[in-house]
Amino acid sequence: MPNFDYEAPTSLSSALELLGQPGENRPLAGGTDVIDQLKSNRRNADLVVDLKRIPELLNIESNGSGLHIGSAVSCTEVHNFTAGNGGFAALAEASELVGSVHIQNRASVGGNVCNAAPSADTIPSLLIHEAVAHTASASGEREIPLIDFFAGPGQTVLEKGEILKELVLPTPSANTASAYLRFIPRNEMDIAVAGVGSLIEVDPSTNVVTKARIALASVAPTPVRAYAAEEFLEGTKIDADAIEKTADLAVGSAVPITDVRGSAEYRKELIRVLTKRTLTICLERLA
Amino acid sequence: MSKKQIKTTVNGVEHEILVDSTWTLLETLRDQLKLTGTKEGCSNGNCGACTVMVDGKSSCSCLVLAPEANGREITTVEGLADHGHLTPVQDAFVDNSGLQCGFCTPGFMIATTALLNDNPHPTENEIRLKLAGNLCRCTGYDKIVRSVQDAAERLTKS
Repeated sequence: MPNFDYEAPTSLSSALELLGQPGENRPLAGGTDVIDQLKSNRRNADLVVDLKRIPELLNIESNGSGLHIGSAVSCTEVHNFTAGNGGFAALAEASELVGSVHIQNRASVGGNVCNAAPSADTIPSLLIHEAVAHTASASGEREIPLIDFFAGPGQTVLEKGEILKELVLPTPSANTASAYLRFIPRNEMDIAVAGVGSLIEVDPSTNVVTKARIALASVAPTPVRAYAAEEFLEGTKIDADAIEKTADLAVGSAVPITDVRGSAEYRKELIRVLTKRTLTICLERLA
Repeated sequence: MSKKQIKTTVNGVEHEILVDSTWTLLETLRDQLKLTGTKEGCSNGNCGACTVMVDGKSSCSCLVLAPEANGREITTVEGLADHGHLTPVQDAFVDNSGLQCGFCTPGFMIATTALLNDNPHPTENEIRLKLAGNLCRCTGYDKIVRSVQDAAERLTKS
């Protein structure tokens, strides 16, 4: 471990002041990525600022402006809050896939976002729900659409001293369904070879898709949206053929690499299959 | 390297101790408080040998900084039995031979206790899924699953 100091401020303003000081100052939420990275010298720190004593960062609530997830809220809490609340089914599914139960109890969804792994399971479900990242630093606050939040593998657009404060997801309409699926070669506890989150809003009288959002994990340097597939599906009457064509188009948004988890070709095929499956699940959920 | 004074309750006993900022909770439990039941396996959150409860929630103590334990309640495997009387979970593992070398067992005790607190009647699939964060290289898991099922029955009866 590098030699760092530790502080656990109880207010956002004191956390931002600490993080804004000179040196390598690292925010800590669940720590399941950061502590491992510090131990293995993949990240450095002079000061670790624990955010888990700051009430507003531990808050999760649904109100008129949507679902608000404080950046230190654990995956378990996000799962419990969203499970059984059909509106955010994809997020409920994804937040139950991050590591083991012991990891989910600690790891925050905000941390999964800020760690910015292209394979992060919660990110596609946040992207299809059009999450907005609300950030804060000593010099002010910003609202960044989540799709613009990632700069590369492990890289975000957060500046020094700036943290994710909360994620805000607008409440979906009643005719909306979402789903997230990933492929791993075992049953649990693995990193996605590829993942797909899909959300559709369908006019029940015509079966025409009025909104489509499809986001992909592990097939590009950052999580990506499958815009061509979304554009095709919007305005189309949804049926098996439309789903087939959408899945083919989604593959075009995947620019994967070949690595130990899978070849580029295999990942593209996974995107086709998972897009089909997630859209089919969405339809079942709307029925 | 800076030290932090923390107050933490471990297995119902309050400790006021000085910890290094860079220590993990696992190191503090084992090396400082001499509670060596909690084991170090992978050190990165994959194996679950170091599982403890933090405020009732199972957590990998290798991925918790010692100063984070300030004001928290920690339960380790040593805190389960009451004056030498094993809990139904511990009895079930003994009677069903849910262990061989025993290195993973403290983690399984805590993980199973936490699982059955949340879900007193898990299915086999739920047991396998929720205990996926605890690795055992001896048993092949079958006897562990049977131990958990038996523990659930014992807890229902008790």
